Amino acid sequence: MVQAVPDMTIAPKVAIRLSGTGGQGLLLAGRILAEAAAIYDGLNAVQSNSYGPEARGGASRSEVVISPGEVDDLRCKRFDVLLCLSQKACDAYYSSLVEGGVLIVDSTNVTVVPTSRALELPMTRMAIEECGNRVVTNLIAVGAICGYTRMVTLEALVAAVESSLRADLVPMNVKAIKLGYAAAEKFVQDMSEKKRGQVRDYSFKGTQATP
Amino acid sequence: MSIKTGVPLLLSGNEAVAYGALAAGAKFYGGYPITPSTEIAEVMAAELPRIGGKFIQMEDEIASLGAVIGASIAGLKSFTATSGPGFSLMQEHIGFAAMAEVPCVIVDVMRGGPSTGLPTKTSQSDVMQAKYGSHGDYPSIAIAPSSVMECFTLTVKAFNLSEKYRIPVIILSDEIVGHMREKVILPGPDEIEVIDRMQPEVPPEWYQHYADTITGVSPMANFGEGYRFHITGLTHDVSGFPTERSDETTALLEKFRNKENHNTHDLLMVDEFCMEDADFCIVAYGSVGRSARQAVKMLRQEGVKAGMIRPQILWPFPKFPVENMLERVSHVLVPEMNVGQLRKEVERLACMPRGMIQGLNVLDPSFITAEQIHDKAMEMISKQK
Repeated sequence: MVQAVPDMTIAPKVAIRLSGTGGQGLLLAGRILAEAAAIYDGLNAVQSNSYGPEARGGASRSEVVISPGEVDDLRCKRFDVLLCLSQKACDAYYSSLVEGGVLIVDSTNVTVVPTSRALELPMTRMAIEECGNRVVTNLIAVGAICGYTRMVTLEALVAAVESSLRADLVPMNVKAIKLGYAAAEKFVQDMSEKKRGQVRDYSFKGTQATP
Repeated sequence: MSIKTGVPLLLSGNEAVAYGALAAGAKFYGGYPITPSTEIAEVMAAELPRIGGKFIQMEDEIASLGAVIGASIAGLKSFTATSGPGFSLMQEHIGFAAMAEVPCVIVDVMRGGPSTGLPTKTSQSDVMQAKYGSHGDYPSIAIAPSSVMECFTLTVKAFNLSEKYRIPVIILSDEIVGHMREKVILPGPDEIEVIDRMQPEVPPEWYQHYADTITGVSPMANFGEGYRFHITGLTHDVSGFPTERSDETTALLEKFRNKENHNTHDLLMVDEFCMEDADFCIVAYGSVGRSARQAVKMLRQEGVKAGMIRPQILWPFPKFPVENMLERVSHVLVPEMNVGQLRKEVERLACMPRGMIQGLNVLDPSFITAEQIHDKAMEMISKQK
């Protein structure tokens, strides 16, 4: 019960907020991201939700904290990565992004973007045009987050989708994840040398994961 | 259980409570859905029929706990889950279960109150209700998990204590612990200690449902198996029939009190973090215990000798570790998502100057972060200087 030598180090961590309106699949997106990190990439993750009493519409959020060490931040006030699938969410939560944090928006819905550094992808349009269904917008977003930050591998995301969803839904969702991942990767590659140098290293390379 | 053991899984606290109940041998769930506890009912509805158990959705929370008590009397490990409004409705039957000495487990996933309050937001405001919610002097056990893994292990513990002492046990979870997902590795059946209620060793004609025994706990026969007994909410004698004889009524209340008093060691479960040399103690429980743990690390990095006492069993209150701590430290901070329910319990044990024990009482349903606890601690220390 009493630890002999308590470890006082606070492990590096990345806090991600996924925001939008109820019904956009943000809770599932957070769950897949956390599962990929915690189960398939050997990291630790805490995922929490916040939503109103409504079934659809209304503000909806899902938050994930990922770290190679212990995670004791069950809820954060400030986030390193902010995903906004609606304009309302972007307006409400942009201030919760830390200095130098990355904003990722669905430019189909978010037309007024508060920073020029945001990763803007027309996620809903991509979902409809390339996957044939708007419901996978959430997984395009998860793919995009990881394609940009590299904190969770594409393989882990695919494994998490395969283990969490019904078999007949897997191909469409895997396609969406890969699509988002590739689009974000391309976005980073197309950045100017200077801008790319300013992007924080979100991967946990060089840190020891605790089991 | 149709869930894998021994491999990492990403589970929510509510799911872990449900699987903990199954691991402890729960065979009956009677409940009425309510946010933020409904996932427990969902898992039980899916799992119980597969193992020959019974799931029933009742018309309300009063009936839910009634069904649970009935199933338990018939011999099944039974439980229910609810949140504040439903927990209020269950108080009458909690008193009945304590009086009739029926083992059962009640999960209260706390949300903002009073009344229907904030259905989807967290709170810790049912702490005193878990202790004193029903009328009369009855023994209370309440358990507060702070991680998904504890939701599993402490649920097993709750069933074990309930069966061992023939007493209702309350699990005080909260919306954050219930809904968050974390990585857990569930232990297999042979790694879990499961306690079953003591069965009578006497022939049916000698059986007394409330027999006076050396342990203070009466063996309990399953209803319908040939042992005749009477159950009432009235004060009763060892046979279960009402009595007003002062020696018998006093003995009954003494028996209840002794379930706590004679088993303080068994009912003591606290997580002490960095307390060996601590001068500043944070007393926290449930989800806030996690922020407190992180706050201790932050304070230690700044040279403050901080530590944490986190009662895992909240009721009976861990008197001895807290008293021991109060003799050693100069400050105590009790962060809670209520107006200071557990702080008063700490203050009751203390003879410290005014202001040395303070609360951080956040009523904003967005939770208490480690930074807030850290800042409050620094404020307390700087004021003293």
